[in-house]
Formats: sequence, C-alpha cells, structure tokens
Amino acid sequence: MARQRFSRLIAVALAALVLLPAAHAQVLPDDRFDLLYHSYEGDQITITGPSLLARKKIGQKVSVSANYYVDEISSASIDVRSYASPYTEKRNEFSLSADYLVGETILTAGYTNSDEQDFEAQTAFFGVAQEVFGGLTTVNLSYARGWDEIGQVTDPEFFREADRRLYRLGLSQVITKNLLLTFDFEGITDEGFLNNSYRQVRFLDANDARGYRFQPELYPETRTSSAFSLGGRYFIGAGPSAIYANARTYSDTWGIAAWNAELGYTYSLRSKWLFDLSARHYSQTAADFYSDLYPFENAQNFLGRDKEISTFTNTGIKLDITYDFSVDIFRFLDRGTVNLSYNYIMFEYDDFRNIPAGGDPGEEPLFEFNADVIQVYLSFWF
Amino acid sequence: MRTLILLAVLCGGLVSAGCSNIEPWVKPYERANLASEVMKLDRNPVSGSYMNHVHESREGARGASGSSGGGCGCN
Repeated sequence: MARQRFSRLIAVALAALVLLPAAHAQVLPDDRFDLLYHSYEGDQITITGPSLLARKKIGQKVSVSANYYVDEISSASIDVRSYASPYTEKRNEFSLSADYLVGETILTAGYTNSDEQDFEAQTAFFGVAQEVFGGLTTVNLSYARGWDEIGQVTDPEFFREADRRLYRLGLSQVITKNLLLTFDFEGITDEGFLNNSYRQVRFLDANDARGYRFQPELYPETRTSSAFSLGGRYFIGAGPSAIYANARTYSDTWGIAAWNAELGYTYSLRSKWLFDLSARHYSQTAADFYSDLYPFENAQNFLGRDKEISTFTNTGIKLDITYDFSVDIFRFLDRGTVNLSYNYIMFEYDDFRNIPAGGDPGEEPLFEFNADVIQVYLSFWF
Repeated sequence: MRTLILLAVLCGGLVSAGCSNIEPWVKPYERANLASEVMKLDRNPVSGSYMNHVHESREGARGASGSSGGGCGCN
C-alpha cells in the first residue's frame, strides 16, 4: 500500500516535471578527485578508513564517478560490554554512477555494493534532475532499490534477506539574489529481516543471579518511513559569508517520530580559507515495541533493545576548515584544497540503561556517551 | 492511479501555460552571490556522504538528507 502511494507520488511528480517550462542549460558536475581519511571514536567504538572519489566527464554529455569507501571497525560498544565480546571487522563499499545530459535534463544511474563479513548490501538507483523557470528552480526525482543479505559469523548456516525501496523528491529554489531554499522528501519501505542478527533484548528473571536474562531481538518484517526537510542558505556580503539552516521531520510505521535542526555559518577569508561552523540537534521517540527491560521472556510479538530505536537526543558541534591552494606542479590540475573537519557529538538516552555500570535491574544509570568525528581530506579539480 | 496521472497532467499543463511567460525574477547577471563558494549546497560530496552515514548509523530516522545508502557497518 505504501509502495503504491510512493509510486503514485513519483508518477505525478514526473508528469508535472515533463510539462514544466525548461529554459536553462544544465551543467554536468565538475571533474574532481577526493581522498578522505575518516575517524569516529565514541562508546568504545573506533571506526577509521579512507574514502576515494573520482569524477570525470566523457565528452560533452556524460560524467562518470566512482567511490571506494572503507570502515575499519574495532568495537567494545555498550551492547558488547553488556553481553558479548569485543570484535573487529571491515566494511568495503564501492559505488559507480553515470550522469547523462539530455537537453535540459540530467539522468543519473548508479550501483553501490557494501560488503562485510556477515552483511552484503546492494543498491541500484536512478534519478532525474531538471532546472526550470530560467534556472531558478531545480527539481530532482530518484528511485533506489536495495537488496540486503544478512549472515552470522557464529553460524555459517544463518542467512536472511531484506528488500528496500527508496523514493526521493527534491526541490531547490532561488528566492532572491541572496537566498536559496531547499525542500526534500524521502519515502522508504523495507521488507524482510530488519533486525540485527546478534543483538539481544533483556527480560526479568528472578531465578537468575543478576535478576535478568537475554534473548534475541525480533523486529517486524516491514517498515515504511517518511522524511521531509526544509533548508535555506542566505548570502551575507562580509567575507563573503553565508548563514544556513535546515530542519527535518520523520515518522515511520514502527512508531518512531524524530526531528532535527541545524544552524551554520560559512566564512571565506581572502578566497583562500573557508571556515564553516555548525550546530545540530536531533531528537526521537522510541519504537512501539522497544523496551530496555521486558517483564518476562517472549513478552511481546516484537522485541527490540537497540539504542537506535530508543528515546534519545544528540547534539553536535562541527568545525570545517578548508585551505585553497593553486596547483602549479601538475598542469592537468586546476585547483586543490586541503580540508580538516572536527565534529563533537553528545548522545543522551532517556530509556536505555547502562547495564555494565551496575545496579538493580531497570535501575541502572541511563546511558550517555560523547563521540569525536574527524575528517582530513584533499580535493583536486582538473 | 489513472485519475491521479490525469490530474497531474492537467495541473502540469496549467502550470506550464501559466508560467511559460514568467521572466526569471533573479536575472542571470544577478546570480554572482548565489554562485559564491559559501553558497554551495554540496561543496564536499565525500565529506557530506560520510556525515550522513555517521548520523544514519546511530539514529532511527533516515532519508531526506542526501545519504548514499549501503550497509551501516555497525553490527
């Protein structure tokens, strides 16, 4: 039903898009190469790795891009500390996409493969982008289809599948010569094995010395979500600089309702330095079936104790510094930048308890942690 | 479904007919500020994609943020 609704929405939007007056030439993305190193540390999890992006035009009509991304994971997270053993693993992600300029429209198609020891995700996507009203409005429509294969390191026989469909509609609108607004909608439907193949929930058991035991989590096999976001960016003469803000609301059929808002400021200094400072706040309610501690074993049809579906907030502050340098060494390069980004995020949970901290079942302190996210990267345009 | 598409075509036609004479209210020569580096929406695509991944791996909400998809690397 939800899929039909999203399909209708896309059909309506496509029909309207075809009939809108197109009067502005589209431009393919710039040729560029990016080399990024990322590092995440929080909740005794460390995730590091590189990401490489290469984008190149082929003739006047086609632009192709490839991205290789790695997560090297070392985890002793709160779940691991509560009932499992620390582990390390590696995730490789490879994406290929092509943009094709047809008249005033850019068609995009691509494929992404993400591979872990116990999880493989494949995504194929297709999108249409068109500038209308003399280039003041840009409309983006896209559809993606994903196929997940889930395994278990501890059980080679374990095999489950999940299927995803993603529907996106995006609009960017020039309001004045200094103001740009954006609107985005994304609907996602999932079907299949949607829970983690290792995660456990806990329930009260007076016969156990701790007063509780664990059993595997069990999620519904379908999930449908809708997210809407609205953003704006305003040019300020000094610098030059710009202020920007965006907000998003989210809801899904599991009962999770969320919102987040971001406010930022970008400042350019002598066309060489770019500083970007932003703050983001996120808040969500728990899934209907979530509980930190169930009253007994198999207490409900669906069971979940993943902190990502609990009630929580996070607040982050982020600083990006970019230095633009001319590239005289290689003639085929036009421009280069070196970039440093630091993001500090504080997570606070309202109904997810810190079991290793100790205490009577259900009376342990609420869980919280802080994370450091660092990115260092080089970008070249050629 | 057929009704919806018919309505869309009709609305699209009306929009098209009504807007075909609209002059862009921000002329091309007035867009220097909008083209400035500080106004770019996706200045660093690799970094933006990574930050979306950081958020979506740890939050229940998903979508409408330009995420690239794929697995979460958080089992």
